[in-house]
Amino acid sequence: MPFNSGRSRFIFFCLAPAVTLFIIFLCIPTFDVFRMSLYKWGGYTDTKTFIGLDNFVKLFQSDKFYQVFQNSILLIVVVTIVTFAFALVFAAILSRSKLKGRDFFRVVFYIPNILSVVVISAIFSAIYDPNNGLLNSIVNLFRNEDVPVLWLGDQKIVIFSLAGAMIWQAVGYYMVMYMASMANIPESLYESADLEGATPIHQFFAITIPLIWTNIRTTLTFFIISTINMSFLFVTAMTSGGPDGATEVFLSYMYKEAYTNSSYGYGMAIGVVVFVFSFALAGILNAVTKREHLEY
Amino acid sequence: MNTSNGAFIKSSGKLYKALSYLILILLAVVILVPVMWAFMASIKQNVEFYGSPWALPEGFYVQNFADAWLKANMGNFMLNSILLTAMSIVLLLIIALPAAYVLARYQFRGNALWSTMFMAGLFININYIVVPIFLMLNNGDKLARNVLGQPIFLNNLFILALVYTAMALPFTIYLLSGYFKTLSKEYEEAASVDGAGHFRTMVQVIMPMAKPSIITIILFNFLSFWNEYIISMTLLTKPEFKTLPVGLMNLLAAQKSAVEYGQLYAGLVIVMLPTLLLYILVQKKLTQGMTMGGLKG
Repeated sequence: MPFNSGRSRFIFFCLAPAVTLFIIFLCIPTFDVFRMSLYKWGGYTDTKTFIGLDNFVKLFQSDKFYQVFQNSILLIVVVTIVTFAFALVFAAILSRSKLKGRDFFRVVFYIPNILSVVVISAIFSAIYDPNNGLLNSIVNLFRNEDVPVLWLGDQKIVIFSLAGAMIWQAVGYYMVMYMASMANIPESLYESADLEGATPIHQFFAITIPLIWTNIRTTLTFFIISTINMSFLFVTAMTSGGPDGATEVFLSYMYKEAYTNSSYGYGMAIGVVVFVFSFALAGILNAVTKREHLEY
Repeated sequence: MNTSNGAFIKSSGKLYKALSYLILILLAVVILVPVMWAFMASIKQNVEFYGSPWALPEGFYVQNFADAWLKANMGNFMLNSILLTAMSIVLLLIIALPAAYVLARYQFRGNALWSTMFMAGLFININYIVVPIFLMLNNGDKLARNVLGQPIFLNNLFILALVYTAMALPFTIYLLSGYFKTLSKEYEEAASVDGAGHFRTMVQVIMPMAKPSIITIILFNFLSFWNEYIISMTLLTKPEFKTLPVGLMNLLAAQKSAVEYGQLYAGLVIVMLPTLLLYILVQKKLTQGMTMGGLKG
């Protein structure tokens, strides 16, 4: 069977490199996250002690983790709602109306998505700069006080400043996604709605939203998972969790504990909790938003 | 009655249109102004930053770019970034294409297992496993120091390229095998009749057909590899190996103490210019490709 052994060899050589890389750099580290969350280990020494669920107990008793939890949830809620609303409305306007320059707007709105988060963070640091920042120069026109607004320095404001940068980055991406699924809605539905005198706003709620509902549900899951990830990137480049932990989020806290603080086991326990939490939240949202599937 | 109603709809239609334009233009301004402002700031002299941020630059201060390129080492970082991105993309294509091809077109034991594994890999996020990867490589270096006398895993662009490749594998394989599955079985049959072996069939018959998907993959991964900084910041600890985004992050951190605005924005322009140019050239392909490939977070 020379043909068949050649076939097996071909399959093996095609698959082996991908499988090897996949196991070494994805499977083993993922497995490690779960395993090491049960150990007390600094990461660099040889002394590893198995402590069962002690890391998790310690985690749920720490005030710091509750602050982190609060910050993360607040970001998830604010970023999701605002991005979702903007992206959906802009997508509807762009795909429904025969406006001139549609392509121009589509291209412009997608720009933030191709920039590195570090670039966006640097730009927003300039916008939020208390003394020579773009935002304060506008805000100061409307207020009389001499004290500048500390967009990144005030513990109460900073999380919303962060959310602003994240929304700026995400709107275009979701807009393009919604536009793609809106393009599949047959024009005839809108035409008959026009004849019956339905306003564009009414059409938006009665036709557009129900017909792209499946897509909306998928993106909701995306919002949760990507906000958790993106907030880590933004925090790392923009605020490093400060001032005084006001912007510390799930993964930045995990990275700090595991890498900077060398409490590797504890950091991995945070990772496990966040991982489970994000999937649970996505599952709940998915169940809550379940509707009957509509066909065009 | 009827006519007034019609007139009402017509005028409200006009109002709606004007309002739509207003909203769209407002958002376009919100997105474009910060980006253009950064370009403008990159040619300003340091003293100009203490005036109004909206003032136009007094001249074209090229020194910022020279400073960023030489003093802040962005030139070297650029070279690292180019090398790293190129290596990662080439590795990704060499490794993902054959794997996706056999998973999509061959029946064999283990096919279902590995297809499912790669699908599950879509849910693994790099931010969770970057520290475990660091420790794994660090342990490898301890071993290497004992055996070879020098560390080889951390601070190694090639290893980092392998990590990037592994990260991109699940989605790339998912995208490519989705495409390969749509092709007719007759291509292989015809090639086999002509006496082409498995390898030649793959390289000369199937690959050329996958060109559009391959281009999409190159574009997306160029952006994600070029912009990535969490992994490279963790795995490349020595200053001479840093990539552009990490270099920019250092500039951003340094700006808080010693104020070198011009240099910072010049560095920023150096990082974002390649991606912007690429985007302007291929924007249609990119936004189409995104919807073609489904979702990516």
